Amino acid sequence: MQTDISKKHTDINKIHMDIAHIKFLFKQMLRIRRFEEKCAELYTQEKIRGFLHLYIGEEAVAVGIMQALKPEDAVFGTYREHGHALARGLSMDKVMSEMFGKVTGSSRGRGGSMHIFDVEKQFYGGNAIVAGALPLAVGLALANKMQNKKNVVVCFFGEGAVAEGEFHESLNLAKLWHLPILFVCENNGYAMGTALAISESEQHIFRKAQSYGLAAHAVDGMNVVEVESAASQYCNSIRNGDGPCLLECKTYRFRGHSMFDTQLYRKADEVDEWKSKGPIKKLKRWLEANDKLSADELIEIEDEVAAEINQAIVFAEGSPLEEISDLYLGVYAEEES
Amino acid sequence: MKSQTLTYREALRIAIEEAMNADERVVLLGEDVGNYGGCYAVSKGLSETFGSNRIIDTPLSESGFVGAGIGAAIGGMRPIVEIMTVNFSLLALDQIVNNAATIRHMSGNQVSIPLVIRMATGAGKQLAAQHSHSFENWYAHVPGIKVLAPATVADARYMLGMALKDPNPVMFFEHVMLYNESAAIPMPEDCPDMCSALVRQTGTDISLVTYGGSLPKALEAARQLAQQNVSVEVIDLRSLRPLDTGTLFRSVEKTHRLIVVDEGWRTGSLAGELCALVAENCFWSLDAPPIRVCSEEVPIPYPKHLEDAVTPQVAKIVEAVLGLLKQEIVS
Repeated sequence: MQTDISKKHTDINKIHMDIAHIKFLFKQMLRIRRFEEKCAELYTQEKIRGFLHLYIGEEAVAVGIMQALKPEDAVFGTYREHGHALARGLSMDKVMSEMFGKVTGSSRGRGGSMHIFDVEKQFYGGNAIVAGALPLAVGLALANKMQNKKNVVVCFFGEGAVAEGEFHESLNLAKLWHLPILFVCENNGYAMGTALAISESEQHIFRKAQSYGLAAHAVDGMNVVEVESAASQYCNSIRNGDGPCLLECKTYRFRGHSMFDTQLYRKADEVDEWKSKGPIKKLKRWLEANDKLSADELIEIEDEVAAEINQAIVFAEGSPLEEISDLYLGVYAEEES
Repeated sequence: MKSQTLTYREALRIAIEEAMNADERVVLLGEDVGNYGGCYAVSKGLSETFGSNRIIDTPLSESGFVGAGIGAAIGGMRPIVEIMTVNFSLLALDQIVNNAATIRHMSGNQVSIPLVIRMATGAGKQLAAQHSHSFENWYAHVPGIKVLAPATVADARYMLGMALKDPNPVMFFEHVMLYNESAAIPMPEDCPDMCSALVRQTGTDISLVTYGGSLPKALEAARQLAQQNVSVEVIDLRSLRPLDTGTLFRSVEKTHRLIVVDEGWRTGSLAGELCALVAENCFWSLDAPPIRVCSEEVPIPYPKHLEDAVTPQVAKIVEAVLGLLKQEIVS
């Protein structure tokens, strides 16, 4: 099932990926990785509280998918959505500030790690009810279709979500109404601590989608090029009016489900094995093997990423908390629209 | 202009038709709203007028299509989602409470959800314990949504249009015993804002506060009590969230007595909330303890005599009023 990125060279050519773009993908993944490593640190310093679900190991999925989108396309994320948000182009300052619960955060600090929203970027959360965003994404795609907009709606969810009724209801509605929507299943093998094998009778998620008539297949979610290539093809087909698709991305989270997870449900060997084929490691190896990434260049990229993160922390630290007097702002709309 | 006489059902249909003609963003979706004409025949004929693109029959996927309604509202539409009955809305509770009610606030006031979710509620049709309950209060508990309960034909006619113009998610409860009620329709300017309570009958001895399907019963009780020289003020809440406490308090300060008639179960009822509000705000005006006339705490049974025994009836309301007044005389 795992594909060596070097063997996908033909695919790279097929979608006209140049080295500059591949380096861009590398940097995007690294931004997310380093951002989250810093978040984990800030969590232990109690700067970030609540739940913190790290995306570490899964970066290729968000980064690959987002390349296929236009600014007017919409994205629905999960509660593990820092990667989705950063890859979608939300400012790291606003995302970090949201983690700190500051008013300059993307959701005024009210949502925290699990509820990052940015309507300007067509980024609709940040939903912490597993499968809860699927019907919303279907509805937005319905609205787009009714208004003759050619936009694509992308909805991310984990493989745990496919056990929820809302997954099945949403796929059925999407196909029934022939909606312009791409479902992206981030199959990291565990619904919190429950392995796929002990929760699903059919463990190929894409087959469930095929049973509803959606075009669907699985890709190596650790291979950003493969993810981008598949997402681009699906988005083209959706824009052509061919209806909904589902992409199953086989991936793995290197950290626990959240910061409270003692990981009793999996063996260290298994984690190590996946880490060895991590998305960043894999792409770095390929770039280096092809002499496309010098040591100096790598240092430069790392430095740029570190600077961006440091700036985001300075921004978040220096930002005010929301006034308690604004507590009721946005419970209801203030005036008729 | 001569006023038109309509049934509650027709008034709703006309309101939907009017909204759809005025605004192409308005669509109706739900189970059997199209070809079947709506489970309570509210949308009968609309499919022929507006086509299946705007009157959308959905599969039996309450969570899916209510969530789709929320998503469509986010995407710039003005959807009306019909759920057959309040009991089925529980299958969509996740979407209503976790998404529709929270997303605006949770996103830092970025996302607007202009959506109306209509459904039938209440007992009286012998539909037993999975089609007859009154869960309006559960929704009224939740900040972020508005909850309306039109009790008259005029309110069915005009409140739906107001709900559709509101930029918030609005739950719209239609009591099953009201669909066949008929009345002359006033002019729109005579129909007050959807969030105001209305004094349906003025009186001086006691405030009888109610909403939805219990309003006709409260008015009949008031008529019978008038024959015994008891002057009852009947207040129709119309909106359960927000609550028009001003109208409620003014009435209690005048009559000094409160009875709330509510088809929900007593424990944790909206009636309980109203009594608490009055106790907190009008305590020194009260001449008697606030009283609740609610449903008996059993699932709604099928046989007519048992169903009637569960829900508030005119005789029970009259008895409660007389009991309260008598209690005062005795003490």
